[in-house]
Amino acid sequence: MAMLEPFKHYKPSFLNQADQSSGMYKPLYNFKRLWKQSIAVTLAVVLLPLFTLAAVDYVISKRALDSELVLRTARQASNARRTLSAYLEERKFALYFLTLDNTFDQLADEKRLGQLLEHLRGGLGDWHDLGLIDHTGTQVNYAGPYNIKGINYSEQEWYKKLHYKDMETYNHAVAMHSDVSDIFLGFRMTPHFVISVLHNKPEGGEHYLLRASLDVERLNTILSHLEVGGDGEAFLVNREGIIQTPSRHYGNIMQTFPLGVPPFSEHTETFEQVDHLGRRVIVGYAYIIDTPYILLIVKHKNDLVQTWKSTDSQLLVFLAVSVLAIVAVVVGICTYLVNNIYQSDQKRLASLHQAEYANKMASIGRLSAGVAHEINNPLAIINEKAGLIKDLFTFRQEYAGDKRLLGLVDSIIHSVERCATITRQLLNFARNIQVTVQQVHLSKVVGDVLEFQAREAAHQNITVSVDIPDTIPELFSDRGKLQQVFINLINNAFAAMKGGGQLAIQSRLSDDGTRIITTISDTGCGIPPENLEKIFEPFFTTKSGSGGTGLGLSITYGLVTELGGSISIESVVDQGTTITVTLPLSLQTYPEPPHARTAG
Amino acid sequence: MRVLLVDDEEELVATLAERLEMRGITACWVTNHRAALEAVDRERFDIALLDVRLPEMNGLDLKRLIEAKQPTMKFIFLTGHGSEEDFNACSAESGREYYLIKPVQIDVLTAKLHEICAEQGDRQ
Repeated sequence: MAMLEPFKHYKPSFLNQADQSSGMYKPLYNFKRLWKQSIAVTLAVVLLPLFTLAAVDYVISKRALDSELVLRTARQASNARRTLSAYLEERKFALYFLTLDNTFDQLADEKRLGQLLEHLRGGLGDWHDLGLIDHTGTQVNYAGPYNIKGINYSEQEWYKKLHYKDMETYNHAVAMHSDVSDIFLGFRMTPHFVISVLHNKPEGGEHYLLRASLDVERLNTILSHLEVGGDGEAFLVNREGIIQTPSRHYGNIMQTFPLGVPPFSEHTETFEQVDHLGRRVIVGYAYIIDTPYILLIVKHKNDLVQTWKSTDSQLLVFLAVSVLAIVAVVVGICTYLVNNIYQSDQKRLASLHQAEYANKMASIGRLSAGVAHEINNPLAIINEKAGLIKDLFTFRQEYAGDKRLLGLVDSIIHSVERCATITRQLLNFARNIQVTVQQVHLSKVVGDVLEFQAREAAHQNITVSVDIPDTIPELFSDRGKLQQVFINLINNAFAAMKGGGQLAIQSRLSDDGTRIITTISDTGCGIPPENLEKIFEPFFTTKSGSGGTGLGLSITYGLVTELGGSISIESVVDQGTTITVTLPLSLQTYPEPPHARTAG
Repeated sequence: MRVLLVDDEEELVATLAERLEMRGITACWVTNHRAALEAVDRERFDIALLDVRLPEMNGLDLKRLIEAKQPTMKFIFLTGHGSEEDFNACSAESGREYYLIKPVQIDVLTAKLHEICAEQGDRQ
C-alpha cells in the first residue's frame, strides 16, 4: 500500500463520495457505480470483438496451417509415387522390349544376353544381372557376376505368381506380365530387387521369363532428393511392413516399420500419429501399384509449426499490449469524464444549497421585518406610557418621594430600550439581505456581525480583537453576503473554542492595492490535515450529531467566490485555525462570477 | 414651539403629546390625515411629526399637502417599519437625520425638535 502513496493525490474525488441515498441534496448518480459501469461496458464493447477476432483468427490460421501441411505432404507423396512408378515402369518395359525384340533362341545365346546386359547398363545404369528362365522354371541362360545358370526357380513364390497369371491369360498373347520383388540382400549381401517379365510365344508354345536384378541405389537417390523439409524423410516399406530403403528414425533395411502398415488405398493418403519416439508426425503414404512397395513420407509436426509458434507468440504479445493500452485509455477516459460530471454535480449541489440558503435568509428577513414592525408599535406605546409615568414623577413633586416606583419605571424603560435594540437589529438584518452591490466598509460589516455575537463571546469567555484600519478603502460589494461570510466564519471560530480563547480579525490592503486580505484567527481545537482538503466540500462536517449540516463553509466558499474573492485555510491541531479571505475592492472587476451556476 | 403629532395609534400620540407639553413644547395630536389638514388650516405649527404609514394616506403624501398650506413647516418621520423603501423615500424627502424608528427616546426627540427649531431660527 505504501507504493500507492504517491498516487493518492491523483485519486479522483468522486471515489471518496459518501453514500447518500436520499434527501434533497442527493447527487444525480452514484458516481462509483457509474464509473465502474462505464468502464465495464466500454471494455466489454471494445475487448469482446477483439478477443473474438483474435480467437477466430487463431483457429482459422491453425487450421489453414494444418491443412497446408497435410496437403503439401500429400502432394509430395503423390509426386514421389509418380517418379518411382515411372522409374520401375521404365525398367519393366525395357525388359519387355527385350523379350519382344529377341527370340527365345537369341536370348538363350550366352553372348547375346551378355551384350544385352551391357546395353541396358549403358542406357539405364544400375542393372546387375540378367537371366532367362524357361517354362520349367530352370534358368537356362545368365549374364552377370555369379555362376547361377541351371538353378530351378519353379518352387519360388514369384515364379508361381507369374506362372498362374499366365494360366489365366494364356490366350492374351500381348498382355505384359511382370513382377517386382521385395528388396532383399540375397547372396550378394547388398540390397537389390528383381524385375521379372513373362513372355508368351505368339505362335503358341511354351512361355519363358526374363529376369533382372537391380541395385537399390537409384531408388535411394530418388527418395533422398525429395525435399521433405526439416527432420522429415521419405522411404519405402513393403506390404508386410518391412523397411525397404534406409530411414533415419524408423530403422534400417529389413527391419520392421514401427508404426505399422497403413491401410490400402489407391490414392495418396495422409494421417497424423504419435510415433514410437513420442513425436507427433504427419505421414503421407502411397501404394505403388504393381509393386510390393509403399512410399512413406514422415514429417515431424513440431519442426513445421515452429515458425507458426513464433508468429503466434508475437501476436499474443501484440494482443496483450493492445489490451493493456485499451484498458488504460478506457479507465483514463472514464475516470476523467465521470470526474467531470461529478465536479459539475458538486457545483450544481453547491448552487442549490446556496440558492436555498439565500431563499431562507430572504424569508427570515421578511419575517423579521414584519415582526419588528408589529412589535415596534406596542413597544412605542409602552415606552411612552412608562415615560409619562416617569415624567409625572419627575415633573410633579407629589410623587417624587417614591424612589421604588421610579426604579420600576426605569426598569421598564430600560427593557423597552433592549427590545428596541433587538427590533432595530432585526430590521437592519432584513434590509441587508435585500441589498445587492453597494459601498461598504469592512469594519462596519465585521462590527455588525460581532454585535450579534457579543453575548455569545462573553458567554464562552472569548476575547475578540479587531484590527481593521480606517485607511482601508471601502468595498463595492454585497453587504448581505459579506455579512453571511463573516457570520459563518466567526460562528465556526466560536465553535472551535469551547473552552474560551482569542479571536483576532485583521485586515490589510494587498500589495497591488486591488484587494483586501482579511485573516480570522482563533486559538481553538484546530483541524486535522486529512480534513483540511475536504473542509469546503458540501456535507463535510465533524459536528455530526450536534446539528452541523456541513454546509456552512461550503456556502461561505461559494459566497466568497461569488464576490470575486478567494478563501484559504491553515490549521494546527490544538493550536488554532487561520482563515484568510481575499476580496476585491470592486466587484465590477469580476463581472461574471467564476462560480458557474448549473442548477436551473 | 408648536408641534403637530400625526399617528394612527391614539395611545401613542396622546401620551407623547402630554410628555412634550411637560417639557414646554406645545403639542397638538391627531390620528388621521383629515384631522391633520384641518388642524393645519386652523393653526400654525413649526414642526410636524408624521407616521410614515397612516391608514388612508402615507406620511410622505400628507407632508406635501401640509407643505402646500404652510411652506415653512419642518417634518420628522416616524416609523415602526424599517423597510428599505420607507428609508430611501424619507431620506430623499427630508434627509436621513429626520427619520426616526419607534420606539423613540423622549430625550432624542426633544433634542431633535430643538435642533430643527434652532436651525429655523438661524435662517430667519
